[in-house]
Amino acid sequence: MKNSDISVEVKGVSKNYSSVKALEDISLSVKKGEMFGLIGPDGAGKSTLFRILTTLILPDSGTAAIEGLDVRQDYKSIRKIIGYMPGRFSLYGDLTVQENLSFFASVFGVKVSDNYSLIENIFKDIAPFGDRRASRLSGGMKQKLALSCALIHKPSVLFLDEPTTGVDPVSRREFWQMLERLKTDGITIVVSTSYMDEALLCDRVALIKEGRVLSSDSPRGVIDSYQNTLLAIWGEDMHSLLKDIRSYGEIKSIYSFGQEHHIAIDKNLYNINYIDSLAKKLEATGHRNFHIKVIAPTIEDCYMEFSANKN
Amino acid sequence: MNSHLENNIKPVIYVENLTKIFGKFTAVNSISFEVNKGEIFGFLGANGAGKTTAMKMLCGLLKPTSGRGFVAGFDISKEPERVKASIGYMSQRFSLYDDLRVWENFRLFGGIYGLKEREISETTERMLHELGFTQERNTMVKSLPAGWKQKLAFSVAIIHNPGIVFLDEPTGGVDPKARRQFWELIYGAAERGITIFVTTHYMDEAEYCSRISIMKDGTIDALDTPANLKLKYGVKSMDEVFYQLASSKG
Repeated sequence: MKNSDISVEVKGVSKNYSSVKALEDISLSVKKGEMFGLIGPDGAGKSTLFRILTTLILPDSGTAAIEGLDVRQDYKSIRKIIGYMPGRFSLYGDLTVQENLSFFASVFGVKVSDNYSLIENIFKDIAPFGDRRASRLSGGMKQKLALSCALIHKPSVLFLDEPTTGVDPVSRREFWQMLERLKTDGITIVVSTSYMDEALLCDRVALIKEGRVLSSDSPRGVIDSYQNTLLAIWGEDMHSLLKDIRSYGEIKSIYSFGQEHHIAIDKNLYNINYIDSLAKKLEATGHRNFHIKVIAPTIEDCYMEFSANKN
Repeated sequence: MNSHLENNIKPVIYVENLTKIFGKFTAVNSISFEVNKGEIFGFLGANGAGKTTAMKMLCGLLKPTSGRGFVAGFDISKEPERVKASIGYMSQRFSLYDDLRVWENFRLFGGIYGLKEREISETTERMLHELGFTQERNTMVKSLPAGWKQKLAFSVAIIHNPGIVFLDEPTGGVDPKARRQFWELIYGAAERGITIFVTTHYMDEAEYCSRISIMKDGTIDALDTPANLKLKYGVKSMDEVFYQLASSKG
């Protein structure tokens, strides 16, 4: 890969907060025009990484570059070419929708009209509420405004830290359709999320845990590397099914997945009689009317597996 | 006493034509429903549909414009203070004090709900034990991971053993593993007879509720068990139910 194909390059970055190791020797690279997801438990270091890449804090060691610009030496140039949506609502609640947009444009020395075509699709939904204070917008509308503000100077790289937290499923879907469109404009997007359906929409994802990158791969690659045999069970009294199966102790894990529970079993322990013997055990415990079958893992199953050693 | 308060099988929440109007804007438009004891009731809807406004009225924090409602046996319009004392509430934003230690948060909220010193210390010990947090007793809340804080906030919200607890997006931004651990706490509380009223944007969590309602533009457009709703809309998942309801132009 040529250097000019890389948008974000992180090499051996570490960051400590007093005694807490937030990031430990992190390396990753994001290609130009890529949609790159950061996935990991709360406190894994995702927001710290965002703050280093957006030049808000410095790494203790290692190097990071955005479009070939170094986060230490070239921070002023970096700030002009990136857009950033921090985890918490980042707009001015006391300013109106229109005022927020004008403010962010003026900070970057551009006019709202300069790049309006880029945000038109996003902003048109909230434009009718132009006179409303940002604090009085609903969650989905706030996110659209924040995205518009982050894009107003036409950045090359967009950093989105959990942009859809607190956003309803319909608005979430719309938000990701907007990201897809921005991608076709050639903008590189680095996004963190706790929604695994969103992870699936990324070109590649990095799994981050306790300040380290465990792997970065395409969602398909992550799913293909899943090591366990996975069963789904559904039926009456789901909660006691979960507790009873967990108490049998011979499984790796059991978690609720909507209307089913997913049971992960060590591949070597699974055989053709496994489901029958599990069913007999459950019947002996008093369970009736349940169904068990082998299923293919989802990316959320992979997440549960890689975060398994925690807590 | 109101007649239905004397009824032994009274619902924990009873709402009739509840309405809230702000100026020209009708945030909640004549909603009616009941929630029974021990239910996990999922209160869903798009952003801006009126969920938070409805929830604030049910918690005695906002006076209804019209209609009536009873929560834990008390009239939300006439006895909001008694409603507040009888319920637990976990707000959308983190509702603990970051600058206090774990045990101090229990002490503070126990005191606010009028528990005796001894009850507070006994309940605190039991809850810390159940959460596996006994080592964290003296930790400042701000240095706990987000998933732990949420579990702690839930325990603090039910320290006075309320009949019902209101949870406003308790798992927003919480990772998949911590979300599931949180729901096990919810199930535990429900099994002990605490009624749960919960909002969420995760549709897999909607499946964990006994019944759910879906709000849109101030009204409740659907209310049933997850299984019946999927049947009614002819779809396989709650995600699709929500999408059909919330994206249809009303």
